[in-house]
Amino acid sequence: MIAPNIYKPYLMRIEKITDEAPGIKTFRLVFTDEQEGRDFRFKAGQFGEYGVFGEGECTFCIASSPTRTGYIECTFRQAGRVTSALADREEGDLIGFRGPYGNTFPIDDWQGKNLIFIAGGIALPPLRCVIWNVLDLRDRYGDVTIVYGARTVDDLVYKHELEEWRRRGDVKLITTVDPGGETPDWTGEVGFVPTIVEKQAPSAANAVALVCGPPIMIKLTLPVLAKLDFTPDQIYTTLENRMKCGVGKCGRCNVGKYFVCKDGPVFTLAQLNDLPPEY
Amino acid sequence: MEQRLLKRESVGQLFAKLADAGWRIVGPCRSGEAVVFKDVHAPQEMAADYVQTTLSPKSVVFPRYELLLRYRFEGKDVKIDDEQITVVPTVIFGLRPCDARSLAVLNAVFSWDYQDVFFKTRLENTTIITVSCTTSDPYCFCTSVNGGPGDPQGSDLLLTPFDADEYLVEIVTDRGRAIVDQAPELFAPAAGGEVNKVRVLADVPVRFEMSRLVECLPRVFNDEAFWAEQAMRCLGCGACAFLCPACACFDIQDEADRQGGVRYRCWDSCGLSLFTLHTSGHNPRTTQGQRWRQRVMHKFSYFKDRLGTIACVGCGRCSRSCPADMNLAEHLQALAETSA
Repeated sequence: MIAPNIYKPYLMRIEKITDEAPGIKTFRLVFTDEQEGRDFRFKAGQFGEYGVFGEGECTFCIASSPTRTGYIECTFRQAGRVTSALADREEGDLIGFRGPYGNTFPIDDWQGKNLIFIAGGIALPPLRCVIWNVLDLRDRYGDVTIVYGARTVDDLVYKHELEEWRRRGDVKLITTVDPGGETPDWTGEVGFVPTIVEKQAPSAANAVALVCGPPIMIKLTLPVLAKLDFTPDQIYTTLENRMKCGVGKCGRCNVGKYFVCKDGPVFTLAQLNDLPPEY
Repeated sequence: MEQRLLKRESVGQLFAKLADAGWRIVGPCRSGEAVVFKDVHAPQEMAADYVQTTLSPKSVVFPRYELLLRYRFEGKDVKIDDEQITVVPTVIFGLRPCDARSLAVLNAVFSWDYQDVFFKTRLENTTIITVSCTTSDPYCFCTSVNGGPGDPQGSDLLLTPFDADEYLVEIVTDRGRAIVDQAPELFAPAAGGEVNKVRVLADVPVRFEMSRLVECLPRVFNDEAFWAEQAMRCLGCGACAFLCPACACFDIQDEADRQGGVRYRCWDSCGLSLFTLHTSGHNPRTTQGQRWRQRVMHKFSYFKDRLGTIACVGCGRCSRSCPADMNLAEHLQALAETSA
């Protein structure tokens, strides 16, 4: 062999499964080879290929923070063949993992800045990685504001962590559900994410906004941020193109001259504005 | 470039010497109406009168279906067996200069950033003995994409059928020299100085100006109607990508039973509607026009920006075999003219 097989996954054991919301689970994964686990490094924003042997692989971000070592976590919704097979796994089962792949959120460059996290539904996981990364290095950053919405109260993910963030004095958390998705004892906001962002009106001064969510949420949130004077290079998101290899070969995630798997998944709005709208 | 002469009748002896030294030889053979690359042992097995082979020799270095991984289930445990690739040194004989150039395009994909050990091992064990084109057909357009019927780029040895019984041999690389060294007695020195091969080469007209095409592509990009019209006949069958010597896109799939299974890759195409379809139902490229645009942009714009070469060698296969008679060179010509 002149080089290692780039398609060979790490063998990971599912240490813990958390039911987050209907159809949505979080897996905590540990390396079966302890040395591989010790050598493994990643940064906020990177992703991997999670594989069920016999079914195939699928692509998710690493949802845990690089500051929490010894394991990685992924959160996924059961939707297709591989995610359905994943959802059938039990604690102790083995799955494959290839990664970390892709670029990262430039959080080292954000020291001293105010961070505004805006997420919808199942798109909180990539931001959760950054949120914990920032909270674990809290004094390096300015204000941390999180606006998170889902269709219904039941659909909110990381419910325990939302509570934890709410209780902290150094995070401003606003949760919201779509009109009609509230329960009688719901104390959060009711309304779509873009509306809530407009109401909160975070200042663009010395700030960075991270926006992840369904395409419609992103589409309607961007004009709100523009109105608040956020420039395209102050706004970050992650693209979720379909991928197979994750390493810039299979061609599937090609958009313009970029490969989402190599040049992304993290892009600024300024970069996206230069891309064909094929994502 | 060093020139030699090789009697056509000596090719059999060369093959025998190479086979004795452990080489595998792949050459163009008739298969019904098609001409495809197969293992050969003697020149008589090969087709003699083809303009272009129906399939390119791409599968020698990038098989249609290739194992990446094997695994076994042991109770709740999984054992991964690393797929060890062992390749017999292989000579591809009789491919055309366009196909010889395509290997560099494939290599650009498989060796930028992450190194693909499967492709690279195969390529490193492959020697290219090209035969220049003395005939062409209306689908050929190598001269429009920086190639030519006697272009040595990508070949290790370039053979030009110089007259009825002799090939002019050009030794392009050290790997080509190693072939000559296997049977030096068969390769006579070319007498009387440099031989000019041009008079025997096919005349392949230039169909469009590459620099104009490259320049106009980003500008035409947003003209959805233009692409829709170009793609109106496209069935989305993917044959063009399957036949293309420079298309490298692939899919990865698993197949398994209770004992274990394999993970493999197989050729795929940006022309197929499922290529980019998300599980959610969202598809970044919903129309065939958008997919055709991706094919053209990827080959002639993105690839060049990214990896420094265009991803087309002008072999014409995509058009020669298109069931709907799409013609790439005509479409590129139309594109290059939009810049006027």
